[in-house]
Amino acid sequence: MYKILKKETLAPKIKLVEVDAPEICAHAHPGQFVVLRMHERGERIPLTIADSDPKTGLLTMVFQEVGKSTTELGTLNEGDCIQDIVGPLGTPRDIEKLDCVICVAGGVGVAPIYPEAKAYHKLGTRVISLIGAQTKDMLIFKDRMEQVSDEVYYSTDDGSFGHKGFVTEVLCNLLEKGLRPDEVIVIGPLLMMREASRVTAKFGVKTIVSLNAIMVDGTGMCGSCRVTVDGETKFSCVEGPAFDGHKVDFNELIARQRRFLAEEKLAMEHYLAGAGGCKCHQE
Amino acid sequence: MSSRVRKPRHEMPKQAPDIRTKNFEEVALGYTPDLAVAEATRCIGCPKKPCVAGCPVGVDIPEFIALIAEGDFLGAAKKVKEKNSLPAMCGRVCPQESQCEAVCTLGKKGAPVAIGALERFSADYERAHGAPLAKGAPSDLSLGKVAVVGSGPAGLTCAAELNRLGYKVVLFESLHATGGVLRYGIPEFRLPKAIVDEEVEYIRRQGVEIRLNVLVGTTITVDELFRQGFDAMFLGTGAGLPYFLGVPGENLNGVYSANEFLTRANLMKAYRFPEYDTPIWVGKRVVVVGGGNVAMDSARTALRLGAEKVSVVYRRSRTEMPARLEEVENAEEEGIEFMLLSNPVRILEDDKGWVKGMECIRMELGEADDSGRRRPIPVPGSELILDVDTVISAVGTNPNPLLIRTVSGLALGRRGNVIADEETGKTNIPGIFAGGDIVTGSATVIAAMGAGKLAAHGIDEYVRTKNGRGM
Repeated sequence: MYKILKKETLAPKIKLVEVDAPEICAHAHPGQFVVLRMHERGERIPLTIADSDPKTGLLTMVFQEVGKSTTELGTLNEGDCIQDIVGPLGTPRDIEKLDCVICVAGGVGVAPIYPEAKAYHKLGTRVISLIGAQTKDMLIFKDRMEQVSDEVYYSTDDGSFGHKGFVTEVLCNLLEKGLRPDEVIVIGPLLMMREASRVTAKFGVKTIVSLNAIMVDGTGMCGSCRVTVDGETKFSCVEGPAFDGHKVDFNELIARQRRFLAEEKLAMEHYLAGAGGCKCHQE
Repeated sequence: MSSRVRKPRHEMPKQAPDIRTKNFEEVALGYTPDLAVAEATRCIGCPKKPCVAGCPVGVDIPEFIALIAEGDFLGAAKKVKEKNSLPAMCGRVCPQESQCEAVCTLGKKGAPVAIGALERFSADYERAHGAPLAKGAPSDLSLGKVAVVGSGPAGLTCAAELNRLGYKVVLFESLHATGGVLRYGIPEFRLPKAIVDEEVEYIRRQGVEIRLNVLVGTTITVDELFRQGFDAMFLGTGAGLPYFLGVPGENLNGVYSANEFLTRANLMKAYRFPEYDTPIWVGKRVVVVGGGNVAMDSARTALRLGAEKVSVVYRRSRTEMPARLEEVENAEEEGIEFMLLSNPVRILEDDKGWVKGMECIRMELGEADDSGRRRPIPVPGSELILDVDTVISAVGTNPNPLLIRTVSGLALGRRGNVIADEETGKTNIPGIFAGGDIVTGSATVIAAMGAGKLAAHGIDEYVRTKNGRGM
């Protein structure tokens, strides 16, 4: 059991929880994730590590309430427990000092990009962060990102903060102006990572994306998270989640993300009907 | 004597096919006490006891069967447990027909004694009527401290045996539940999970400490474990990464590895979705590729999840199928169609990224290959298209690389398997032992248990020597 020591609502439907997980924190590196299961009937869901402190043993996770499991997770409060957390999983990012990197984050993707930006910043790499959200209220981790970035650019779909439009447009503008980072790191929705990779490919800039594929065990056993990279099938839980954005078959992955849409909808309806209401159909 | 030999073998009652395909409850219902006694009296108690040698963990088979014949069912259960800590599971999933029962003296002239069914009966009887589980740890676990990694059949057996020998054992499991393939792979209708729970609980009460959600190698490293004072370590991390078919379309929606399909259904209980949160999708027409037990389990699970038609495509003939005969027969009774001597060529896609068919080619058997089985060769021009919407690939797995890639210097074989001594489980690194699928590649539950048991003795010898105690 992992006790929630801190909970924050960062934005509508975006929440942060901190749990006591010293072994995971002692071994976690930027780019890695955990798989958690809330309770006996829960799914195993992967969440990227947003922060981990080996000294205090505090593991920070940020999630957006999109389906049944994340919505239910959002109902837990400080003092409540998450039944299972395993990690750190995935291949750590190989982070070394570079001259300049651009971190492009969309929506809740800011949380998992933060440890990478922090690691680069600590090594003295110039970090330029581009953060996009639907609207001003949905921007998260603003202070944290500003602390570890040399420059931060914002964009919102509705123009309520920063550039009006997509964060990939900000990226395109910077590259068009002649900025040539050693690496662009992109974490966010698949459509945004696909577009960012398309933009950077035009300028020949190395691009790393972090894929949030559907997983079950998260340890390479089931192959649910497989993705085609450079024509080869890879397991994103073990060989990823970071891959060369120019080589990922995003269209295949976008289709694979829709595998359980009907079931996810049913689960949500079942949950909402059951939440607080009659439990007579449950054993 | 001759009249005893001719007594027919008593088969276990089973749920009828048309009923069992609509539920996930156990197919074989087990002997009643009367049937068990009747079957036990078929054993002639031959002096050579070939069955004992045929059992990888050396259960005293004639002795426990004699106790059943006398009506001492609890005594029989105790006798089995002297050598086998997991009898209710072994009675269900061991391939007795190729082990103890294959060498039974009665089998020379007729049907062998139903040893597996009797083993199962004794364990089930003990659970139902028993003898409360032994309470508390054995008093002395001071011989040393051993880390067992992986709680599948190899790890569980190794842990139980080391515990019996007097070692403090910590059993590490990366999933949220114990049992390995017994939990995620073998379906409820063949091995109820309540039985896995109880047999693991038995081991825990004997003093084995179980730590779930720990992926050794990443959550805690092998070096750290040794620094924490473990004298030795057993790697029973099992099979991992599934092979896919290597044909176009294998990543389409509707294509599962058997591992994913079965893990969703078994470990995550997706067959009870949405009461349980993990979804599983199965279409109307399902094809399972492969000929082993995992293929049979996948096909029968798909049927129970509501598929209208389920076919098994296997590239060789019935004779070469690695699945247990009993499971093939169960599948046939349930209406699974077998397309033998066929192999997938490609999976066809609809306009939304889902499976809409599979092209297969007929095969014929040529010369024997290095597995000793005749090599299947495609018959040119024999392609045909199956109208299916779900494909389950059950063509085997690689050894799990997650832990072993973190142990520098560990000697690995060509397929990424750990190289370990067959008799002792020793690897090339002192103090690290291994056994089960991580060494052999996909094999059977009982083979893994046998390897776990041998390794426990290998570890015992190693720790005694290291600590200067001698044998």
